[in-house]
Amino acid sequence: MTAIEQVEARPGLPRLNEPAPAFEAVTTHGPLKLSDFEGSWLILFSHPADFTPVCTTEFMAFAEIYPELQKRGAELLGLSIDSVYSHIAWVRNIEEKAGVKIPFPVIADLDRKVAIAYGMVMPGESKTETSRCVFLIDPKGILRAMIYYPLTTGRNMDEILRLVDALQTADANGVATPANWRPGDKVIVPAPNTTELAEERAGAGYECTDWYLCKKSL
Amino acid sequence: MPCVRPDGTLSGSGRAMLEAVQTDSTVADVVAKTGMPLFRVRSGLRELVAADLISETGELFSQTEQGAAKARSSG
Repeated sequence: MTAIEQVEARPGLPRLNEPAPAFEAVTTHGPLKLSDFEGSWLILFSHPADFTPVCTTEFMAFAEIYPELQKRGAELLGLSIDSVYSHIAWVRNIEEKAGVKIPFPVIADLDRKVAIAYGMVMPGESKTETSRCVFLIDPKGILRAMIYYPLTTGRNMDEILRLVDALQTADANGVATPANWRPGDKVIVPAPNTTELAEERAGAGYECTDWYLCKKSL
Repeated sequence: MPCVRPDGTLSGSGRAMLEAVQTDSTVADVVAKTGMPLFRVRSGLRELVAADLISETGELFSQTEQGAAKARSSG
């Protein structure tokens, strides 16, 4: 068994709050390293294949939210196990047929190094394509969130924007965000971890359901 | 390569980055001067340094003699 087969035989997933796996890859914008994105949030996402219907709708949708991501200091980087020539032909086709310019780079991961490092290939779904994965990497290169969708289901761009907003809000304010949180909604104050802090919370002016579930406005 | 074509001439982004380092410039300076994203500037400067068109001293980038000649030429 070759080294590559050994790795592929036991694909792993990267872990949250650990450094995202480093890479240097061929892209439609030239060779890029993960470290080139330091200082920006990075949304690294994979799609199964170029010139396929669901992926085409997703690429147009990613292009549509790109300006909003840039306002949040975030960049997009796509990936599939296709050649750079296929990527170039596809993004040119999308612009020609749908009038949508794809402004972000796309990794041509023919040797599958990045796909394997990030656990993008789900052999139960496909042994030759990457699933619909999304990795949010913070400006320090730490992996902060992962989303995996199956081949059949296009991703929700609102959720990706919401996730960026939620992580940036949590980092900036030392808070957490409740289910279905949207910017402007109240946030969750971290639960107290001593009885003293639990008692002090009563007079802190928060909107509390109980001592462990308190919200505040930002 | 995105900045230097196989025949040695510069692409539009390569020329923009080379011109941006006419005086000593940081990566942030080049981003501000070219309007290109940070990741694109980092990879482009790396390519231009490898092509001996730009030199890197600490955090500062500047044209080499070869780079200055290239900037003056039309190619």
